This record gives sequence, C-alpha cells and structure tokens, in this order.
Amino acid sequence: MKKHLLALVLGSLSTSSFAVDIEYWQYKFDARVKTVDALIEKFEKQNPEINVKHVTFPYAQYRTKMAAAMSADKGPDVLQLYYGWVPDYYTSGLIQPLSEKYISSKEIDEQFYSFVQGMKYDGQYYAVPTAVRTLALFWNKKLFKEAGLTEPPKTLDELVSYSIKLTKRDENNNLLSAGLTVDLAEQDHHWWREVLIRQMGGVPYLNDYQTTNYTNEAGEKAFAFMTDLLTKHEVTTPRFMDEGQAAFKAGRAAMHIDGSFRLSTYNKARRLEWGVAELPSHNGIKSNFSSYWVNAVSKKAQGESRDAAEKFVAFLTSEDAMQLWLDNVGELPARRAVAERPENVTHEQYGPFIKGLGYAHTTKFKSEASQRQTLINAFDSVVLQGISVKDALLKASAEEQKILDKK
Amino acid sequence: MNVAENVTPVRRGLTIQQKKAIWAWLFLTVPIIFFVVVRFYPTFDSFYISLTEWNIVGDKLYIGLENYKRLFSDPVFWIVLSNTFEYLILGMPISLLLSFTIAYNLDKIRFGHTFLRACYFVPFLTTAVAMAWVWRWFYQAAPIGFFNNVLIDLGLHQMPFLQSTTQALPSILLPAIWAGLGFQILIFMAGLRSVPTSYLEAAKIDGAGRWQVLKEITIPHLWPTIVFLVVMSTIGFLRIFDQVFNMTVDGQGGPVNSARPLVLHIYQSAFADFEMGYAAAQTVVLFVILLFITFIQFSLMRKK
Repeated sequence: MKKHLLALVLGSLSTSSFAVDIEYWQYKFDARVKTVDALIEKFEKQNPEINVKHVTFPYAQYRTKMAAAMSADKGPDVLQLYYGWVPDYYTSGLIQPLSEKYISSKEIDEQFYSFVQGMKYDGQYYAVPTAVRTLALFWNKKLFKEAGLTEPPKTLDELVSYSIKLTKRDENNNLLSAGLTVDLAEQDHHWWREVLIRQMGGVPYLNDYQTTNYTNEAGEKAFAFMTDLLTKHEVTTPRFMDEGQAAFKAGRAAMHIDGSFRLSTYNKARRLEWGVAELPSHNGIKSNFSSYWVNAVSKKAQGESRDAAEKFVAFLTSEDAMQLWLDNVGELPARRAVAERPENVTHEQYGPFIKGLGYAHTTKFKSEASQRQTLINAFDSVVLQGISVKDALLKASAEEQKILDKK
Repeated sequence: MNVAENVTPVRRGLTIQQKKAIWAWLFLTVPIIFFVVVRFYPTFDSFYISLTEWNIVGDKLYIGLENYKRLFSDPVFWIVLSNTFEYLILGMPISLLLSFTIAYNLDKIRFGHTFLRACYFVPFLTTAVAMAWVWRWFYQAAPIGFFNNVLIDLGLHQMPFLQSTTQALPSILLPAIWAGLGFQILIFMAGLRSVPTSYLEAAKIDGAGRWQVLKEITIPHLWPTIVFLVVMSTIGFLRIFDQVFNMTVDGQGGPVNSARPLVLHIYQSAFADFEMGYAAAQTVVLFVILLFITFIQFSLMRKK
C-alpha cells in the first residue's frame, strides 16, 4: 500500500515538473487563428512538455479586455500587442524582458528590420514581431486600360496626372469613379506623416517622436498635396463610397493606398482586376510606413512558465513561422533573410510591400487614434470649411503636441 | 389529556404580516444586491475614478480635481456639450409634437388603424445599430446614396449630409427621432384613450370646437403622459450615442466634432484614449446635468 502511494506521489510530482501550461492571447482573425493553431501543434510536437492554450477575442474588444485582464493579473503568459501599446505595458511593468536564452538581442538587432529596435528598453528586448506591415499603391487594371494607361505611377507628379485622367464624372459633374481615394481615417494619415512630409524635405517629428515638426514648408506642402486632390484636382469627394477600400473593391476607384493586410480582401473580390505597386517617389525620395504586432511575455509567467513562454516567443519569431505567416496571413516577415528571399521579393503581391520595408519608418505614437483624429479634423476643416492649410496645421500641431506631452 | 386541547395556542414565531414582510424583503434583496453591485457601486466608484489618472493598465493615481479643470478648459468639451443640447433642444420638441400629432389623428381613424400603428412602431423594434448603418448609406453621395440619387433624379445638386459640418447633426438626429416615434405614439395613444368620452361628448354638445376640446380637455388630461414623455425623451437625447457612433466615420462624431455628443466623447476618452479618469469626470458632469434637468422638469410640470 505504502509503495503504491509513494509511486502515486512520485508520479504526480514528475508529471507536474514536466508539463507546463502556458496561455497565448491574440485577436480573432481567421487566417491568424489558423496559422497560430498550426504553429502551436508544431511547437508542442517539438516540446512535448509544454502545452499552449490559444485564446482569441474579437478585435474590437481585444485592447480593453487585454488591458483589464493584465492589470488584474488574469492575463496570459504570452500576448500579442500592437507595437504602439508596448510603451504603456513596459512602463506599468506588465511585460518582462526576454532573457538571452532562446533569442538574443544581438540576433534581433542583426537579423530583424531595424525599426523593431523600438521594442528595446535599456538594451533588452521586451517584445518581438512575427510579421510587419507596410503600405503600397493598389491600382485597378481595368480602369487604367480604359483611360489608356498601362503602368502604375512612379512619382507623385504622375500620381496626380493619372488620378485626374482616371476620374470619371457624369454630365452634371457627379463623381462616378474616383481617380485616387483620399481617406485619412484609413492609411492616408500614415502616408502623409512618414511618406509625403519626408518627400517634401521634412521630418514629421523631432526628439524621438516627442515633438511635432510639420508647421513648416514641408508639412504644409505635403498637406496641401492631399487636400488639393479634393479641392483643386477633384479626383475624389470626401468619404466617397464611405470608405476608400470599399470604393476600390467596388471598382469605383482607380487607385488606393493601403496596407499589406488588405491583400486578402481584394483577393476575395470577384471581377476586380488589380495590381500592387510601390508608393510613388518624389524628388528621388522613397519612403514608407511600417507597423507591426509583437509577441511579449507577461509578468505572470514565472519560473518554468517563463522559460516555456520565452521558448514559444522564439518559436513564433523563427524563420519558418514567418514564412508560414506570410503564406497564410499575407503579412511580411520581420526578419530580413525571410522577407528578402527571391520568391518573396519578386512576388507579384508581396514584392512591392517588401521593397517598402527597406526604407520604412515607424511612427512612435502616444495614442494613434487621437493623433490621427487631430489630422482628420485638420483635413476636414480645410476641405469642408475652407480654412487655410497653414492655420489647420497650426491647430493640429498644437492639439497633437498636447497628446504627446501627456505623461 | 384534555388539558392540552384547552390551552389557547401560544403564538409562536411571527405574525402573518411579519411573515409577508420577510418574504417581500427576501424577494427584494436579490434585485437590491444586483443594483448595489452593478449600478450603485460603479456609480460611486466613478466619482472616485474621476479624481484619478488611470489608463486601465497601470495603477490609479490620485490627482484631485485636475480632470475637471482640464475638462472645463477643453474647447472640444464645450462643442460637445453644445451639440448634446442641440440634440435635445431640436429632438425633444420635434419628436413630441410629431408623435402627438400622429397619435391624435391615428386615434380618430378606424380604417387601417392597426396597420398604421404597426408601421410607426416597427422602427422602435429595430436595432439602432442596423438602422443607423442603413441611414448612413442613405446619406452617401451618388452613386450609392439613396437621398442623393433622388436629388439627382429631380435635377438638383447633391447634398453632403454626413460629410458636412453643418448638416451632420440634423442628419443624425432625423433617424433618432424617427426611431423613438413609435414608442411615444403608443404612450400618447394610451393617454388619449384615458380621456373620458363623457367629457368630450359634453363639450361637443356645448358647442366647443375641435381646437377648444383639444386645449381644454385633451391636453390637461394628457398632462401626466406628457411629463413622462418629456422626461424620458430628454434623458434619451442627452444620452444619444448609437446613431452617432454608427453613422460617423470611425464613430468619431462627424467632421471636426460637429455632431459629437457628450456620451460619445466619454466613450472615446475611455476606450480609444484609455483616459479613464478623464472619462469618469465627464460622466459625473453628465450625471449632474441629467439630475438637474430631471429635477427641474419634475418640479415645473408637477405645479400645473
């Protein structure tokens, strides 16, 4: 009897010391969920002693739920965060730095795209991305053909002249089809900040994104470039078809700037013949905007769990995981070596986005939503209320600076 | 043993009244606990949160009245507050006048009465979100917007509706009024039915005109109904959210905040900017406004 008991106790001890359960949270997006499920299966095969529980929430609630759970100590061991949220999580001590055991800082410094270094605090990485995103120009091949054009525009000047050519109106001047969508609520606020301002010779922010720097010639030129598309060139109307991406999908817009995550939407759209091109350059300057989601280890993971969590993060950011992510989700690998594989760079759809990675900038937002809103308000007050670009930008800059100055 | 039978039964325990009271309290405790936990506690907690700086992720930091100072010096807050009152000042009288007129006339007809009543009531049953999105598309520019296509067919110019700083608020208010109409009509009809027919007949015999009957008999009888609807619709318009959130780009409340009401401002502060303290301060302000207006309305209208 005693022997049996001892065996039982020993047995349970040994299993508990071997099996580690960790939890992984991300938002619900079909392709992402399936990919992570496949990755977990592979990971558990390689590490039979670790069980990963995969939990997802609808995107709309993800940020709130995660924040509430994490501060109540009910969160996961490994979590996916938008890069813009990481500063808050770091400052509040909710995430832990990655020890050098499975993935070293040196490896990330050398092998990942350089903007990922924004995730490093005091020489230690707190979060690592699997995939990154950039912007590119989507163009409607059918509408181009009808207008007698064959190639997407390569420069901003071409972009304007093509847009004018591609705009269709009826006899009463009602817009039928836009030449180019302009929608700051989508990706165009990034296009203005990190691309247009730089192309006009400026820098959008100073002091590591702490100070706005667009109430100057470059900022105004870049902003006027966008507002002119509506007020002067009339290539679209405010919120044409409600959303720029909807107009493009419906074949009612010839050109549209959007992120790599939009590829799957247009791939599903029937009767839409489209192509992707690099963002137009200007004055010989190419620029792009990059954003990404990262994997981080929460403070909840301690001891064995922490070790398992770090192992899982290293696995999620391995070369194989990245290629799988690209093939399934359509988001770009964060490691140069994977992104720049010949089959990826020359890929008809991914190629232009991957080329953009090489010269992309990542805005360090304090609050992306409210910073974007100051710009949308400035844009609307120029286009709808006839306020001058200069005044609108002065107001926007003051408001955005207030947001940046908050603790 | 006859002794036991003769002894008058000692009243043990409680009287029937007491038992009834205990049962009543037993049944009441469940909702009371529920209200205390999910209503009163959060309400009082939000008073405290409004004195702190809190981004959900970190700890609450006590900052005194800082949030209120910031609120009153925030120009957007004043725009938002004036928008909120614009919704109320336009929405409440228009909706009450419309619903009374419809109810009054509906009460007079027999043919198609039930069908018409149902027609007016259906919008009230429809989900606000679904309805807001349908209206959002109605308001779009041609070729997809219904209203603008009609304008074009009539040979008129397109209207910007939601894409205008002056038209956005009324454009959002219209479906909000329309959606609440069914409920108000129903309550008015019930009120109209309660006007004693003998009064109306007596007035008719005395030769009172339709307008006189309305003014001297119907409306005074409807007074409690009107008080109820005024208070309800005031609270409703001061708390307008669903329509604005769903009809404007990204739920931002129209171009340059032109249609943003207070509740939406609270929502954005809390769940877009994660400034819980600042959002809580706004809810306290809204709470005070609602309390104040309801109090005034009750005391004014009770006097009559």
